[in-house]
Amino acid sequence: MKLKLKFKFYSLVIKGLIILVHEWALAEALIRYVKELSKERGVNRVSKLVIKLGILQSIDRNVLEFSIMELAKINNLIIESLVFEDEDAILKCRACGYEWSLDMSELDEDVKEAVHFVPEVVHTFIKCPKCGSRDFEIVKGRGIAIKEVVFRGS
Amino acid sequence: MGLDPRELLIEERLKDVNRVITVVSPKGGVGKTLISTALALILFKHNFNTGLLDLDITNPTAHLILGIDISKFSPKEEKGVIPPVIAGIRFMTIAYYSKDEAIPLRGHEIVDVIREVLAITIWGQLDYLIIDTPPGLSDEVLEILRLARPEVLIVTTPSPLSLKSCERLMKLLKDSQVSIVGLIENMSYDTNAKIVTLCSKYRVKYLGKIPYIRNLDNYIGRLEDFIKCEFVKYLENIAKKIIL
Repeated sequence: MKLKLKFKFYSLVIKGLIILVHEWALAEALIRYVKELSKERGVNRVSKLVIKLGILQSIDRNVLEFSIMELAKINNLIIESLVFEDEDAILKCRACGYEWSLDMSELDEDVKEAVHFVPEVVHTFIKCPKCGSRDFEIVKGRGIAIKEVVFRGS
Repeated sequence: MGLDPRELLIEERLKDVNRVITVVSPKGGVGKTLISTALALILFKHNFNTGLLDLDITNPTAHLILGIDISKFSPKEEKGVIPPVIAGIRFMTIAYYSKDEAIPLRGHEIVDVIREVLAITIWGQLDYLIIDTPPGLSDEVLEILRLARPEVLIVTTPSPLSLKSCERLMKLLKDSQVSIVGLIENMSYDTNAKIVTLCSKYRVKYLGKIPYIRNLDNYIGRLEDFIKCEFVKYLENIAKKIIL
C-alpha cells in the first residue's frame, strides 16, 4: 500500500512537471543508448521503441513513459511509438534446480521498494520454495531492457 | 545491441567528481575498509567534498565503522538516488537495500548490482570519491576499474603471503595502465624492506606504514572516538601525500 501511494503521489507530481523518482535515471540510460544508435544511423526518428519491463523492478510505467518522452525531446529524438512489454520474474534454484515464477504480491512493500532500486537484493529476501537455498538465478524479469528499436527509414 | 544502456550513464554520473580513488588489497583482513572509511573522513576534515562508496557488495561493512543504524538512512530519490550525508561524507552502500542481511550473489549478479548502483547514484560535485572493494581481483574491482577508470590505492600487510599477492596485483594494474596513487603498509611495526623494494620495482609510491593497533576494534561504531584514534592519526600523515 505504501508503495502504491508513493507512486500515486509521484504520478500527481508529474502533472506539475517535477520528476523525483529513479525511473528518470533508468530512462536516461535508455535514451542515451537510443541516441548513440541514432547518431550511428544518422536518423533521429524512431518509429518503434519496445522496452521490456521485468516485473521484479516494479517500474511505474506512467512515470517511465513520461521520462522517456521528455528525455527524447531534450535529445532531439522523435519516438512515434513506445511499447512496454512486461516480463514475469522467473527464478531457478542453483542448488536443487527448481524453477518458479515469483508472485510480487507476496512481497512486503519494503522489500518491493528495495528490489525496485537494486533487483539483486531479492536474494536477501527470497528462498527457493523447495530447498530453502538463496543461491538462485534470475532467469527472466530482472529489470528494464531495450527489446527493439526501429528507426524511420531503416 | 551488446552494450548495457546503464554503462552510458556512468560517465555522466562521475563527471563532477574530481578524483575517484579505489582502495584495493591483494588479501582480505588487511584493514582496507577501515582505511577507506577513515580516508574519506580525513578528506572531509580537510574541507574536501567527499563521497564514500562501499562496493563490497556481498559483505558491506563501512556503515559499521561509521556507527550508523542503516535502517534509519536511505538515499533520496531525485532523478536517481542521492546518497545521504553521514559525518560530512556522501555515503552509498547496498546495505540500505539489503537491510544489512546477507546477499548471496554470483559474479554476473555482482556486476549487475555495480552497474545499477553506479548508473542511478547521483554524487554531484565531489573532490574525492573513495571506493572500498572486497579483497583480491574480484568482480567488484575488475568492474569498477573498467567502468570508472579510477586511481587505485593499494593496502597490504607485511605478511609473506600478502607480498606475493601484492606483486601479482601491482603487475596486473601496471599492465592494465591503471594509475596507482601508492601503497599503504598496514599492521606493520617496522617498514618492510621487501615491500619498499616491490614498490620501487613497479614504480609505485610507498606512502607509509600504520602499526598494528591493538585496541582498534574498540573504536568501530564510535565515530567521534574513531576519528581521534591513533590509527586515524597515522593515516592522516599518509593522506597528506595523497592530497598533494
